[in-house]
Amino acid sequence: MGTQTSILFENARLVDPVALSVTHGSIRIENGQITTPGPANQTIDCDGRYLAPGIVDVGVKVCEPGERHKESFKSAGLAAAAGGVTTIVTRPDTVPTIDSPETLEFVTRRAQAACAVRTHPMAALTKDRHGQEMAEIGFLMDAGAVAFTDGDAVVTDIKVLSRALTYAGQLGALVIGHPQDPGLSDGAAVTSGKFASLRGLPAVSPMAERIGLDRDLALAEMTGAAYHADQITTVRALRRLQRAKDAGLNVTAGVSIHHLTLNEFDVADYRTFFKIKPPLRSEDDRLAVGQAVASGLIDIISSMHTPQDEESKRQPFEAAASGAVGLETFLPACMRLYHSGVLTLPQIFRAAALNPARRFGLAGGSLAVGAPADLVLFDPDAPFVLDRTRLKSKSKNTPFDGQRMEGRVLQTFVAGQKVFDHAA
Amino acid sequence: MHAALNHLLGIEPLHPSQITAILDLADSYVDFNRNPLKHTDRLAGLTQINMFFENSTRTQASFELAGKRLGADVMNMAMQASSVKKGETLIDTALTLNAMRPDILVVRHPHSGAVDLLAQKVNCAVLNAGDGRHEHPTQALLDALTIRRAKGRLHRLNIAICGDIAHSRVARSNLILLGKMENRVRLVGPATLMPTGVADLGVEVYHDMAEGLKDADVVMMLRLQKERMDGGFIPSEREYYHRYGLDGEKLAHAKSDAIVMHPGPMNRGIEIDGDIADDINRSVIQEQVEMGVAVRMAAMDLLMQNRTAQTQDTLV
Repeated sequence: MGTQTSILFENARLVDPVALSVTHGSIRIENGQITTPGPANQTIDCDGRYLAPGIVDVGVKVCEPGERHKESFKSAGLAAAAGGVTTIVTRPDTVPTIDSPETLEFVTRRAQAACAVRTHPMAALTKDRHGQEMAEIGFLMDAGAVAFTDGDAVVTDIKVLSRALTYAGQLGALVIGHPQDPGLSDGAAVTSGKFASLRGLPAVSPMAERIGLDRDLALAEMTGAAYHADQITTVRALRRLQRAKDAGLNVTAGVSIHHLTLNEFDVADYRTFFKIKPPLRSEDDRLAVGQAVASGLIDIISSMHTPQDEESKRQPFEAAASGAVGLETFLPACMRLYHSGVLTLPQIFRAAALNPARRFGLAGGSLAVGAPADLVLFDPDAPFVLDRTRLKSKSKNTPFDGQRMEGRVLQTFVAGQKVFDHAA
Repeated sequence: MHAALNHLLGIEPLHPSQITAILDLADSYVDFNRNPLKHTDRLAGLTQINMFFENSTRTQASFELAGKRLGADVMNMAMQASSVKKGETLIDTALTLNAMRPDILVVRHPHSGAVDLLAQKVNCAVLNAGDGRHEHPTQALLDALTIRRAKGRLHRLNIAICGDIAHSRVARSNLILLGKMENRVRLVGPATLMPTGVADLGVEVYHDMAEGLKDADVVMMLRLQKERMDGGFIPSEREYYHRYGLDGEKLAHAKSDAIVMHPGPMNRGIEIDGDIADDINRSVIQEQVEMGVAVRMAAMDLLMQNRTAQTQDTLV
């Protein structure tokens, strides 16, 4: 990268997720790190715009290896930078599964070669995500895996899961669960209720999430492992999460930006871009989960970026694939929560940058001196209409297509290097 | 004012006056069909394609006959055997067929919403012949016509729909239609076969036949699919017949002139007793089949009239 110049960001509103404050001031970066303010050889006048630590998005699906036509490290990196995301933590549910140090090294090599933002891989908890034999957790940690998960392939054998948690716990590895009872949710496309009944779609009770969480929390208590629930989306599960945290378990939870901004009725006339896992919930659930992020009960917001090609979405709702892309719309979607008064800007960046960095043991997520110069400069009020065909992701399956958004990323920096410029 | 119909995808989008218009026209086709010579050229020159992605004998025959009596050129496509199996998406199939310039597509599909999806991609009129567990509008219309002719009206009636509500598109279309026409609709069946949240849809839910049938004017039985009979949703056929099968004893709770309906095909001895099904004083099951052809003729006739009217509007 040659000699690193120092940059002074002047006249910025600094969003500090540690102090939970927004202050007017300046920030200086040098050699890829945030330093104490002072003279620099380049100055950027932020014109009163907001400067925040770059988003750390955990649970991103990049479709390498196996399905590069859906998303590559290159396209994912461009989409991330455009959405204010400076670090992505990738999922292991690729083809083949990332469950050995060899496949993990492939991912690491591809990411380094092609991705504009920082990447850290997760690995599978069990071989091939089959829930039968645990993966080589030690080797995979040595190779750089930051967490272990079988994704939405819930481990049904409790003995297998308890051993994997025990083994992971002894190594200090973080295990990510998908709290859903797999029997109850089998074949479901939407959340059960009046809407599902009218539309005649196979549905799952929101109780399936609480049942899954109850089981996982009991195992976390039994084994002492560090456990993170990927998505908590229902009010019933929130009470259980609160109880586990009050009891001092090493437990955290996340929620997707889509569950915070959309509800079950958005599916309307069988719109498959709104088919995600777990399915969109009731408005009561959506509001409760938003409050839980504000209070800190839910720790992390993520995009659960899941690219799907046109073929797999151009299907009847039941037959269509699940998942939505979310990297590029991450910050604009979060601004809906800011404008509707659900979350303050520091609360948003606490859940989208600070907490994920801390929980996954990564640098970043703060504006403190010595932190990496991963920054996003944004205008929370800039309006635009989202056109999915212009997304940088290879897959265009966003639920926000054609919708009015308010809030735009202006520039994104990773280690002091500009990786996105809206004006460019 | 509501827009003229381009498709018949469900009962939900229909205005009560549109339902009445279809039924009035269907009434005239009932008389027409009772003539020895029952052929008109109203749809002459138009092409009707029946696409059935799910097996059907009765509904497909009814649509085919309806089209032929109106003079359309009718083609049946058994979609299980076609390129759908080769991985072609539904939309690709629709676009291919659309290029052949049909005027009417009649579609049955095992997935809810699939017919709506298809209708968005073609230029012709689409009739839903049943999609998953969502809607089966012509069945609800033929049931409505049967009730109207038997009872002399289609409002302020007590109507009990009994059996497997959860998996039934017939039940959904019927409860929506009968609700729109201001009837009192009750759903009767075991809780495992009742959709969640259905009580919010303006119906009364009963799990006991005697209570559910009390003072009913119309008793509508639904078919129990074979694959749901063993242990999954109900303990056994015989327990189901004992608790929910319509026999003389249970029917005695309804009004003395109550009519008995069934969309067919019937499982005698499971959801309905043979004596009731074949009692010409109570059962209108054969009339339902007759009304089916008339209602489908009326629906296709109206859709084509609307299309002609719209084409003329754009010319003016």
